[in-house]
Amino acid sequence: MLSFDVLFPSVLNGLTTGAVYALVALGLTLIYGVLHIVNFAHGAALMVALYAVYLLKTGLGIDPYLAAPIVVPGMFALGYALQRGVIGRASHGKDENILLVTLGLSIVLENLALMAFKSDTRTIDTPYTLEVVPIGPAMIALPKLVAFGGALAASAVLLWIVSRTDLGRAIRAVAKEKQGAKLMGIDVEHVYAMSYGIGLACLGAAACVLLPAYYVNPQVGGGFVLVAFTIVVLGGMGSFAGALVGGLLIGVVESLGGLFLGESLGQIGIFAIFIAVLLFRPQGLFGARA
Amino acid sequence: MSTRRSFLKHTAAAGSAAAAFPLVGGAQPKPVRIGVLHPVTGALAYSGQQCREGALMAIEDVNKAGGIKSLGGAKLEALLGDAQSTPQAGTAEIEKMNEAGVSAVVGAFASAICLATTQAAARHGLPHVVDVGVADQIVERGLKNTFRFGPGYRTTATIAVNNLHLLNTAAGKPAKSVMIIHEESLFGTGTAQLLARDLPQLGYDVKEVVKHANPTRDFNNIVLRMKSVNPDIVIPANYYNEYALLLRTMQQQKVRPKAIYSVLGGAASSYKFLKEFPDAADGIIDCNHWFNPKDRRSAELRKRVEAKNLFFSYEVFMTYTAVRLLADAIERAKSTDRAAITAALASSTFSDHIMPYGPTKFVDGQNQGAQPLMTQVIKGDIRVIVPREYREADPVFPLKA
Repeated sequence: MLSFDVLFPSVLNGLTTGAVYALVALGLTLIYGVLHIVNFAHGAALMVALYAVYLLKTGLGIDPYLAAPIVVPGMFALGYALQRGVIGRASHGKDENILLVTLGLSIVLENLALMAFKSDTRTIDTPYTLEVVPIGPAMIALPKLVAFGGALAASAVLLWIVSRTDLGRAIRAVAKEKQGAKLMGIDVEHVYAMSYGIGLACLGAAACVLLPAYYVNPQVGGGFVLVAFTIVVLGGMGSFAGALVGGLLIGVVESLGGLFLGESLGQIGIFAIFIAVLLFRPQGLFGARA
Repeated sequence: MSTRRSFLKHTAAAGSAAAAFPLVGGAQPKPVRIGVLHPVTGALAYSGQQCREGALMAIEDVNKAGGIKSLGGAKLEALLGDAQSTPQAGTAEIEKMNEAGVSAVVGAFASAICLATTQAAARHGLPHVVDVGVADQIVERGLKNTFRFGPGYRTTATIAVNNLHLLNTAAGKPAKSVMIIHEESLFGTGTAQLLARDLPQLGYDVKEVVKHANPTRDFNNIVLRMKSVNPDIVIPANYYNEYALLLRTMQQQKVRPKAIYSVLGGAASSYKFLKEFPDAADGIIDCNHWFNPKDRRSAELRKRVEAKNLFFSYEVFMTYTAVRLLADAIERAKSTDRAAITAALASSTFSDHIMPYGPTKFVDGQNQGAQPLMTQVIKGDIRVIVPREYREADPVFPLKA
């Protein structure tokens, strides 16, 4: 069981899954960092994005990877509109209200999906679904490698936006000091909506790279959002580097857990880490900087 | 959700389909309504839809041949239900069917669903013919309304283990170790437990028993584990999607055991899998529900199913014969009364069917003659290899490395 030929592929598999987890967690941590709310609608939004990719593939025959230029802006627009039209209005500026509104949104979205698609688990078939790439002794499925690359690239773009652009500076300013940012002439409501939109756009990218090797049903988001919360806590609330490293780490932990404990118990490691972090390093791995 | 609406819609569709058959003069007798309940959506949607197709074909055949003659040629009328791949939804559909006044129910494919639906039907004295549902608990709770035409997993596992031992002994005992991979619900878990208990008694080393969820979209970890354990024989017991993905992942990772010996393997004796992945399917042995290949009618039924662009899978012919069994019982009951049909099922000696079971004989709801056959994918076709009276080809065991 401990041989290199077995451990190495398992770790690689974990890294590929972890990169997608990281992308989901990045969106979550961005929204948390700016709006100071935990976005309970995150899982449901991922589900919406997955259905969008699914429909584009089955309805119009658009390859899931090529669907990214449609799904990512689409999710951004959805996020922007939701924050401006629903979450921002309904919250009346109170954080606890925002929390409840996002929770309500997730329930509405999931049940709409249930109505439209029933509880069926759907998958898509692409010519490359079962292609494998040999890396040393490991045979890694091609869609997983693409997911790894795609997730890292999307993360890089996000980090670049936040650290190098005017929008990024505005986001960071609002995150740090809302009143001060307002006094400097930053449109806070706009920045809120942009952040929420970008957070959901991350999910759009995640959905595009995820679906060729995964499935979609109305409950699919739940599993991801629990893991993403863990990653955000592990990496430090609001920390981008933390979300990235935490995502990869959690992916590997899950994969090795599945290998040693069996598929059903594989996620135990993730939640053991979650509890351990809360007990011993509540600010998270990169929390001090955030 | 939309179940009530779609239920009504399906019912209406089935009703109008039944009404479309030509009337043979005189007043048409009141049709006999039977519930056809399967998981046509959710994780088991493919199997459920195949079952439904088999049931509808049987109803069509019975009606074409003049309906229930003892009831003046009354037609069978299907009330379609969707168990949505969960026991709860299955139970809810039984309640609706009861209110709609069906005389009997045929269904509900998966063991866990059958366990719930038979019990719900029993509360209303509603006869329930189980079409697949291999868990033996289904017929072991003393429910008077429950009748299973096919074999349970205990019978299947015992036959599978004995036949494996015969094959292995005849080949000079090349296989010593076994790895079992099963799905997590009642069917897979129960089958795996029986195998893990019986195989060591014949000298096999059961190295691993691995459970997985439905759906599972990644078998890499399980196959990596398989690589490190390196068993001589891999035994999968799961439903179609996971079975297919497991075999494809094994192929990707270049894991090739001496035999893939499936017990009720979801895709192991499936024309669908064979067509889509001929390389992965080659050589697979399965101990599963199978029709009598020497009966000409099975070939005819297969042709008709394939003419509809469907695969002739075990779901189709199991549910097809289950409905025929029920029609035979209604014929002899001369009544649409539930108790009369239950009594007629209990005393059934139905023999006009394509399964290798002989005439039915129910003891506590289980058909005593029911047995699985052993098939193997040989040269691009699924052939019966055991028992001898149904044999179409000699077994290939072990597989070439």
